[in-house]
Amino acid sequence: MSQATGGGSSTSWQQPDTPPFLRIEGVVKRFGDFVAVDGVSLDIYRKELFCLLGGSGCGKTTLLRMLAGFEQPSEGHIYLDGSDMTDAPPYERPVNMMFQSYALFPHMTVAGNVAFGLKQDRVPAPEIKRRVTEALDLVQLGPFAKRKPHQLSGGQRQRVALARCLIKRPKLLLLDEPLAALDKKLREQTQFELMTIQEEVGITFIVVTHDQEEAMSLSTRIAVMDRGQIAQVGTPTEIYEYPRTRFTADFIGSINFFDGKVTGREGEALTVDVPVLGISLQVRSEIELPPGREVCVAVRPEKISISREPLDLPNVLRGKVRDLGYLGNLSVYRVELDGGRLVKVSTANTLHSTEREVDWDDMVYLGWRSSAALVLSE
Amino acid sequence: MRRRNWFLFSALCFGFAFLYGPILSLIIYSFNASRLVTVWGGFSTRWYGELFRDPQIIDAALLSLRIGAVNATFAVALGTLAGLAITRFGRFRGRMLFTGMIAAPLVMPEVITGLSLLLLFVTLESVVGWPSGRGVTTITIAHITFSMAYVAVIVQSRLSSLDGSLEEAALDLGARPWKVFLVITLPIIAPALVAGWLLAFTLSLDDLVIASFVSGPGASTLPMVVFSKVRLGVSPDVNALATIIVLIVSLAVVVSGWLMIRSERRRERDVQEALAGRS
Repeated sequence: MSQATGGGSSTSWQQPDTPPFLRIEGVVKRFGDFVAVDGVSLDIYRKELFCLLGGSGCGKTTLLRMLAGFEQPSEGHIYLDGSDMTDAPPYERPVNMMFQSYALFPHMTVAGNVAFGLKQDRVPAPEIKRRVTEALDLVQLGPFAKRKPHQLSGGQRQRVALARCLIKRPKLLLLDEPLAALDKKLREQTQFELMTIQEEVGITFIVVTHDQEEAMSLSTRIAVMDRGQIAQVGTPTEIYEYPRTRFTADFIGSINFFDGKVTGREGEALTVDVPVLGISLQVRSEIELPPGREVCVAVRPEKISISREPLDLPNVLRGKVRDLGYLGNLSVYRVELDGGRLVKVSTANTLHSTEREVDWDDMVYLGWRSSAALVLSE
Repeated sequence: MRRRNWFLFSALCFGFAFLYGPILSLIIYSFNASRLVTVWGGFSTRWYGELFRDPQIIDAALLSLRIGAVNATFAVALGTLAGLAITRFGRFRGRMLFTGMIAAPLVMPEVITGLSLLLLFVTLESVVGWPSGRGVTTITIAHITFSMAYVAVIVQSRLSSLDGSLEEAALDLGARPWKVFLVITLPIIAPALVAGWLLAFTLSLDDLVIASFVSGPGASTLPMVVFSKVRLGVSPDVNALATIIVLIVSLAVVVSGWLMIRSERRRERDVQEALAGRS
């Protein structure tokens, strides 16, 4: 796997000699004829905030449930901190899970819910009391200790659920769609709280989510899952800037694809002939691909320049603005090329102006550098 | 508009009169001073006094209460297990059949239930020697068989609306399966268990047909005693007894209904507050 290092920080998953904290080895889960998880192998390191990202039915929740011990893998092994816990029941694993529905016990108070895990371990009462207070202070719910779950708001319940999992100081915390039940504003705020808390307690987090923005902003690394398999593992930057497959590129963010054939190399760039456009595109690539190889050129909308004046760039297309969306911080264009093909372009609205440079039905030039595009051969 | 209201109102009155008129007249005549049931001879509570001095009635009443309590306790235990099996065991072969068979005693004619149980007890006695003869034990067993079906249905409906991740969360936090059942599942379904107990108790207290089939000498439940008394002519003390039974039964029904409604309302309120908390 190509690991492009991002920044100068030396984190454990970037050092080749660190042993993994959690090792998932060839795990398969079948339900009858249906294969929910199909041969997943992953290494996750200490103190990571790791995201399992994928659409519904991609197997991410089943994988999480196998880590928690609610499902037994049909094949494969799971090692945590060196010991095999493939067949350990949930109540014997140093792993806790935060459920999507939070699953707070309705007949217990907030303090009772948070203390539950410690009571099972027969921790002495004074220590339970001290640690419950500590955990509730961590999530800023101290004054709500005596309330019942139904007397709390959605965001408060989420924090009770978090405190309840954290209090046992698990080696691994699993979070199933932790922010899905919150509204957008609260979600953004909670997202940062979650990251702060994770740094504070130093526990390895594994988060399951279908929300790519959430995954991008939360995690140290992301595993994109598709039909029970891992499509790609990498840091958010790697996943976004260097997707290895068409699926990953399409799933994360929005992107334009042009199918074509490699014709040759000019310095750092490959030349790809794209029949739909009637021209050749220049794409920088370190991978050597033989001429005649079928490939796909992918360009993100924000990497394309749009202008009414001719552009001095290696890849230039010409078209007419068909659609224009104003999103406040961004403007999104759909440009119809001469061949009828639509291209998505977005620009940041850096100027405070009511006058747009480019408007509906304008004839425009689209252009990008050879380093802005990617060649996907899978 | 007004005319329709009057029509509905009179329909309502007629319905209530039809349902509760007989019971009301029974209650009124239980306070009749006259020995003749149909002639009003002034207000008196003498029949209640006489009732409590009749050892046959008192014994039968105590027996019925005892059978009712034992029956209700066993029915709740077995019915809860059946309800758990249906909702928690997942899909198994013949699950539909099992669910249907659990509910069958609810619609089975009592005569058939009684007769089949009688045959079973007679056969059992001749084959394994237990139960020896028919009496309190056989009545109790017979009552448990049909009232556990009611409990199973009540428990099943409560369990199926319970979020399964609650039990998983408890397991995840270190509680063993048996502990999870005791500290999470049971407290949450407790109102349904209480309602089921009261219902089973009432069913047992009411039953005449099945008890008559499987009873033996010396074991007469209250409904059996009342029925045999009435065959010799209605005496006013039976009115007094009936009034007391009506009181007990309606109390049990009201309490169990109130428990069910209260827990239902609480759940609805929780759901609404949860939704309000999210938006």
